[in-house]
Amino acid sequence: MKAAHQPIQRPPGARLLMVGEQGDLQPMTRSSLARNFSAGDLLVANDAATLPASLHGIHEASGEAIEIRLAGRPSLAPSDIHQFTAVAFGAGDYRVQTEDRPVPPTLGPGDLLRFGDLLRKNLPQRRRGQGELQARVIRQLEHPRLIEIDFLGHPDFVWSEMARQGRPIQYAHLRQPLQLWNVWTRIAGRPVAFEPPSAGFLLDWKLLSELQVRGVGFATLTLAAGLSSTGEAELDARLPFDEAYHLPKATVRAIQRTRQRGGRVIALGTTVVRALEDAADSSGNLRPGNGVATHRIGPHRELQIVDALISGTHEPGESHYELLRAFTTEEVLHHMSSALEIKGYRSHEFGDSIWVEKWVGKVEKNETPGRAGENSTNRQQTAPQQTTLRRPPRPRQNGRIRDAVAARLRLVTEGFVPGLSSPR
Amino acid sequence: MPKSAADSLQGLRVAITGGTSGLGLALVEQLRERGAAVAFVARDTHKVQAIAGKLDGTHGFTGDVSRKEEIHPIALGINAALGGLDVLINNASSLGPVPLALLADTECEDLETALDTNLLGPFRLTKALLGSLTASAREGRSAVVINITSDAAATPYPTWGAYGVSKAALSHLSRIWQEELQEHGVRVEAIDPGDMDTPLHHLAVLDADPAELKRPQDSAREIITWIENARKSQEVTS
Ligand SMILES: NC(=O)c1ccc[n+]([C@@H]2O[C@H](COP(=O)([O-])OP(=O)(O)OC[C@H]3O[C@@H](n4cnc5c(N)ncnc54)[C@H](OP(=O)(O)O)[C@@H]3O)[C@@H](O)[C@H]2O)c1
Repeated sequence: MKAAHQPIQRPPGARLLMVGEQGDLQPMTRSSLARNFSAGDLLVANDAATLPASLHGIHEASGEAIEIRLAGRPSLAPSDIHQFTAVAFGAGDYRVQTEDRPVPPTLGPGDLLRFGDLLRKNLPQRRRGQGELQARVIRQLEHPRLIEIDFLGHPDFVWSEMARQGRPIQYAHLRQPLQLWNVWTRIAGRPVAFEPPSAGFLLDWKLLSELQVRGVGFATLTLAAGLSSTGEAELDARLPFDEAYHLPKATVRAIQRTRQRGGRVIALGTTVVRALEDAADSSGNLRPGNGVATHRIGPHRELQIVDALISGTHEPGESHYELLRAFTTEEVLHHMSSALEIKGYRSHEFGDSIWVEKWVGKVEKNETPGRAGENSTNRQQTAPQQTTLRRPPRPRQNGRIRDAVAARLRLVTEGFVPGLSSPR
Repeated sequence: MPKSAADSLQGLRVAITGGTSGLGLALVEQLRERGAAVAFVARDTHKVQAIAGKLDGTHGFTGDVSRKEEIHPIALGINAALGGLDVLINNASSLGPVPLALLADTECEDLETALDTNLLGPFRLTKALLGSLTASAREGRSAVVINITSDAAATPYPTWGAYGVSKAALSHLSRIWQEELQEHGVRVEAIDPGDMDTPLHHLAVLDADPAELKRPQDSAREIITWIENARKSQEVTS
């Protein structure tokens, strides 16, 4: 895949690859996304606004330049703005590949970090204390780049100085410096994410209206999306770090209603999957309120809540890709990856999207329908040939089988089912 | 004090632009008295800090709503301090040229300042805060945007051109947004507070008789009553 390097949230030609519940692939334009939903479905999005979590400044003890990328916070409480975990870099900025960034000076407990562009020149003459954002190092955590810091001052002061001096975290594939408006989604609310919950870039108010007209519900939660990369293999292997979240009661109720009516819960972004699955107990009951998502989601985790995921395109090895393995099989993901590659989908936060449904089984031809009654009418309308499904019984289900069959047929006709039908 | 006043707005999260003088300051004070959590914005840091320091529990942020690059930092501060938002009051305002000038004598830059402050500022800030406002609506709270307008929006007073044009546009913006946002649960209202005895009025009308002007506290009380009613009707609906 090639990286999208313009910070445009909804580029006109954006594409979406749909991976159906039988692993069937269907390419489409992202602008027709609303058509994928059926009445009764619920879209759940992460409404976290993104913090300007990259702060440049000086390590007072050594006088050396330093960049801090905020990476974690104990809770989302407004007053809980002092202590953060952070990844530290030496001189330079996002234009240098993270892997190539120099290590920071040695950071010891009590060391003062002073932030702000003014600090670059004439260090001794600069005003101290008042009006300057400062933090103290609390300690180093298991790795020289990973530290715990404590910002000094009243919470309102810390918030406003951070807003003024920080920059959104970004990587070398994006050339121009990002502004907050580049990384805030249309629904951005509380500023708690360290990197944008970028699956949400595709949302706009028009789409939300369209969904409403289609009888599709919309709900949100807030999760402090963390760093996607640190440049250090050892730290990257531990991503995602723990992420604090808030799950509103209204969202829990919306999910309950959706399930009662047989609709699907569709997560916009991996962070939504992470929060919902963390908040669910083993019987699928959701606990509203505050939590910290600590578990990694992957092939060994049975999804309790989410039926489908809309996400950016991810490559094998990324932690986001691991999460996809909770949704569908290796084989399907392999097909998906090849399709993304061959068809030139664009990757990274401003790239194209995928829609991945929880795998339920394979479509097989000429078999007796397992649950013919509820779908037979639609099937006759959409499918001239006898196509039936074999699947584990699922009580909350209705339009999906019909849709899957229709999608499958479209694919077969378009010759876009890798490994299953002959390519055009 | 009416018996409902004390805690009538407990738990309500309100942001006000221009909270250090005139109507804005009166709103900050009265909202806080009634138990609302309040964040406010103005350009003069010293005034912001003095008022936030004096009115315990309010959150003051320095910012200029006419400047595009300050909108997101302002929105960030508001959302962060209040943990979300139920009511946004776009109150900060510029007269355009001071002293007021005939439209044909108005410098483009002064018209731009009036539009940037009175129209684009509220537009940008509302847009940046819509995520929080719609989240509030989904949680069954009353999500409201109040744009402070003026009778100069409707009446073509000579010499009030830059201001009048910007307020007319703001009023119309409010009506369109009211239509578009009601499906997302957000109510948008333009409110004319009436002629008030404030620094802005003194700048505009040097020889005004204060006795003939409303006290900003009275206009603030009317706006708060409007908010209380909006809140009640929201509670009834949800
Ligand atoms: N007074 C009247 O007779 C009257 C009549 C009809 C309508 N109105 C409307 O009522 C509202 C309040 O007016 P007022 O008379 O109370 O005005 P005021 O006493 O002059 O107060 C204006 C407030 O807005 C702040 N402000 C001005 N420009 C700003 C900017 N660019 N960014 C952020 N804050 C800014 C000011 O503080 P800084 O200067 O420190 O920024 C101050 O806190 C205005 O919308 C006005 O148009 C007033």
